[in-house]
Amino acid sequence: MKLEDQRTSVYRVDPEHPESATLPTLRTEELLLNMGPQHPSTHGVLKVILELEGERIVKATPVMGFLHRGVEKLAEDGTYHQFIPHTDRLDYVCAMYNNFAYCRAVEKLMNITVPERAEYLRTIVAEVQRIIGHQFWLGTQALDIGAMTVFFYTFRDREILLDWFDELCGARLTTSWYRIGGVERDFTPSLIEKLRRFLDYFPPKIDEYVVFLEKNRIWLARTKGVAVISAEDAISFGLSGPTLRGSGVDYDLRKYDGYAAYPRCEFSVPVGKNGDTYDRYWIRVQEMRESVKIVRQCLDQMPAEGPIMADVPSVTLPPKERVFTNLDSMIQQFKLFSQGFDAPRGEIYCGTEAHKGELGFYIVSAGGGKPYRLKIRAPSFIHMGAFDHMSRGYMIADAVTIFGTYDIVMGECDR
Amino acid sequence: MSTLAQHIQREFPEGFVKAVEWRGDLTVTVRRESLHDVAGFLHDDPEMDFDYIVHVSSVDWPDDVERFEVVYEFYSIRKRHRIRLKTRVPESDCEVTSLTDIWKGADFMEREVYDMMGIRFRNHPDLRRILMPDDYDEGYPLRKDFPLRGKGWRDTFEFLDEKVL
Repeated sequence: MKLEDQRTSVYRVDPEHPESATLPTLRTEELLLNMGPQHPSTHGVLKVILELEGERIVKATPVMGFLHRGVEKLAEDGTYHQFIPHTDRLDYVCAMYNNFAYCRAVEKLMNITVPERAEYLRTIVAEVQRIIGHQFWLGTQALDIGAMTVFFYTFRDREILLDWFDELCGARLTTSWYRIGGVERDFTPSLIEKLRRFLDYFPPKIDEYVVFLEKNRIWLARTKGVAVISAEDAISFGLSGPTLRGSGVDYDLRKYDGYAAYPRCEFSVPVGKNGDTYDRYWIRVQEMRESVKIVRQCLDQMPAEGPIMADVPSVTLPPKERVFTNLDSMIQQFKLFSQGFDAPRGEIYCGTEAHKGELGFYIVSAGGGKPYRLKIRAPSFIHMGAFDHMSRGYMIADAVTIFGTYDIVMGECDR
Repeated sequence: MSTLAQHIQREFPEGFVKAVEWRGDLTVTVRRESLHDVAGFLHDDPEMDFDYIVHVSSVDWPDDVERFEVVYEFYSIRKRHRIRLKTRVPESDCEVTSLTDIWKGADFMEREVYDMMGIRFRNHPDLRRILMPDDYDEGYPLRKDFPLRGKGWRDTFEFLDEKVL
């Protein structure tokens, strides 16, 4: 709108009869507000263009791609083993789950069965990753809404687990501990003992986080009835994980597909009722409790010793100790990293229940050592598709809540 | 052939091309013209009941006449079965009917396919680039003829002792 129009439309005064000045006419068009890529609450670099009428959001257009690194294109250039560190960087909050999802997909492609102890190890670490993912989520969601103390509590406990990962595989964030066919190294007795101590220490801590929020009037006002999505819409959008279960749809790949050691563990999947932010918060807190149960059961059921990698010499890597002492292992390692293994022609899709939702890999193989096409089905990207639908009618302050309740990580969204 | 594939072949005899079952996944290839009808049938038919769209993807086979393959994966939450629906389009006329009127989640997923591979979707509400910048005109990154190192201003630099990738 031209500036002159702005000026003349506000004040209408007849110079000859100034006493008859009418009330200024106010502009009531919508305001476009840019919630820019650099924002403390958008959980990464995400730009959202909000069309506002007053304080109500009329339309929200997300603009993504600031963290696009061309991971799918990079996959076509390296072997299957070489892609594992790339998967760490997808959802960097709980990196090992991405490794797990990818390794499962390649194992389905190559038709490899993972040995039993390795399955238990994988499940334990995956559930511990779920705990750190949800702790991160709870801390940042509470921080965005204003409950800053919860952030400090969850991150303090998260540090214990990150140190545990450091002892396990050498890295806190970009771990690459899963391998195709198994895991890289076994648990040491010190790790098991530390984990058991954590499992006793942690459940009262969950109660500690929740006591700040559960009956807090401000939290309830800001989460109950906010960002409601119905079950049909959630299914139509392709939402998954807690965002889908919050609307009452009982769909959890751990129960439906039954992979790793989950069929042998007893756990329940929390399902919400109203599809609002409070239900999704409650589901994630309950999932933390269920993860503790699963880890405890796996630690008790795990066979005391056994191979941690499938024994398929043409595909899986040899144990590291043998690589420098045994000629066959050295040749095997060299061949697998330089040429890759010969994958059969075909395509598969394999989905895994990451803590954000269904993380899936669609791999097309045309033979040879490199994937022909690798598509990552990232739950955060798909949740952003529903962002516009979910945020209409709510206020600007709720936009921040909606980011949090979707649990979006841009690394996964943009790949 | 699995019962699902037989059912689709019975309903759409001229659109059905082939069905493959491998490693537990069922893949049905259909002709481009009947894609929207088959997808609607998969969604609405009570025996099929595919209400959940998992992903939309595309594969580039540059040696084939029908170069691009558009892949849809569906899941039924109530019936608990999966299906993969594929169709091929040639490069000269790479357009497919959008499925956003059946599954709302297809919106962003199809935008990504357009952005990365250049396949257009008829009747899509807002077809524009999603991951690359809106005004990116160097091409479509996931095509096989697009170099891995990327195109653009970096190629204008001269590097010493470098082989072209």
